[in-house]
Amino acid sequence: MDIGLYGIILAIVTTAEADRIYGGACPIFTAYEDKEKNELSFKLARILGGAVHDLGNGVHIICRHH
Amino acid sequence: MENYLYAIITGIAAGFISRVVMLRNDHRNYPTYPHGHLTHLSLGFMAAALGAVAIPAIAEEDYTAVTFLVLAAQQFRDIRNMERETLNRLEETKLVPRGADYIEGIARVFEARNYLVIFSALITSGLAWYLNGIYALAGAVICVLFSLCFMNGSFIGDIAEIERGELHFEGSLLKINDIVFNNVGLPQVRKKIMDEALGVIIKPKDDNARLTLDAFGQRMAIIHDVVSILGSKVEMDEKDLMPMARKDPDKGYLALYIVANEPDLEVLIEVIKKVPVLESSYNTTLKTFSGRKAAD
Repeated sequence: MDIGLYGIILAIVTTAEADRIYGGACPIFTAYEDKEKNELSFKLARILGGAVHDLGNGVHIICRHH
Repeated sequence: MENYLYAIITGIAAGFISRVVMLRNDHRNYPTYPHGHLTHLSLGFMAAALGAVAIPAIAEEDYTAVTFLVLAAQQFRDIRNMERETLNRLEETKLVPRGADYIEGIARVFEARNYLVIFSALITSGLAWYLNGIYALAGAVICVLFSLCFMNGSFIGDIAEIERGELHFEGSLLKINDIVFNNVGLPQVRKKIMDEALGVIIKPKDDNARLTLDAFGQRMAIIHDVVSILGSKVEMDEKDLMPMARKDPDKGYLALYIVANEPDLEVLIEVIKKVPVLESSYNTTLKTFSGRKAAD
């Protein structure tokens, strides 16, 4: 048992253009603007039980920590 | 026969009183009240009885009884296992766990306190048997005081200085002074943290303290004690507000971040000062030649 944040990526939310998005092992959700990205991230985090992390390049990752 | 009874009852009384004195109920609510207390008082009574009959048994040259007493005393080792098991099970349902080091420390303390009870009962019954009641009374008082001295370990306040930390965001990175804690993606969570979170810096006073605070179990103990008094807004599956302690690897100090139910910085600092230094984390590297040489 540990206090800290460690986990797996459950989903990715991004405002990136479609040509910059490639397939992978993780579901990717696209948003048109930051507001939509924040709302999507918030809802996904609550549904999936994860925390939202901002990578700073228009990408949010939702991670589950244990 | 009356002499036996007198010595044994005096010993049991002294041992039991020392167990009662050593049994504390504080914010950690462990042992739980009333049933946890009852268990430990019963075990304390048995330990006192064991200690109290030892001297009369030796005096009567009943060595079989003495051997059995030693065997019975060994059973108190199981107290450590009992406590460890109970606390480990409780960990599974805790949002902010105590940590293995803290549990081991608590279990060890409960075992040791029963040995202190046996010791108090043994000394007191011996004095009552060979001398008289006045000596037994004096011996009992000294034993209880000795037990109390044994209870007092050192605290974080003794080995470190605690001050307010500068909590801020650098982009999405939550930082206290220059220690990075976490990446918080959502603006509303960042605002909540800025409005409500508390951050402190725990500066070790020397290299011993630095190594003690390095121990992960010690950090978990600090966080657990803080949460048990100030509360925490962390919720299941919403770990953004999880209290954390991180160290600055270069400067050696520790930073602690918490979004508490009661955001009172002064109280937070006081609570941290009173967190016990765990036996398993306590470090005395400066007592060694190599440690001193490396530190200069």
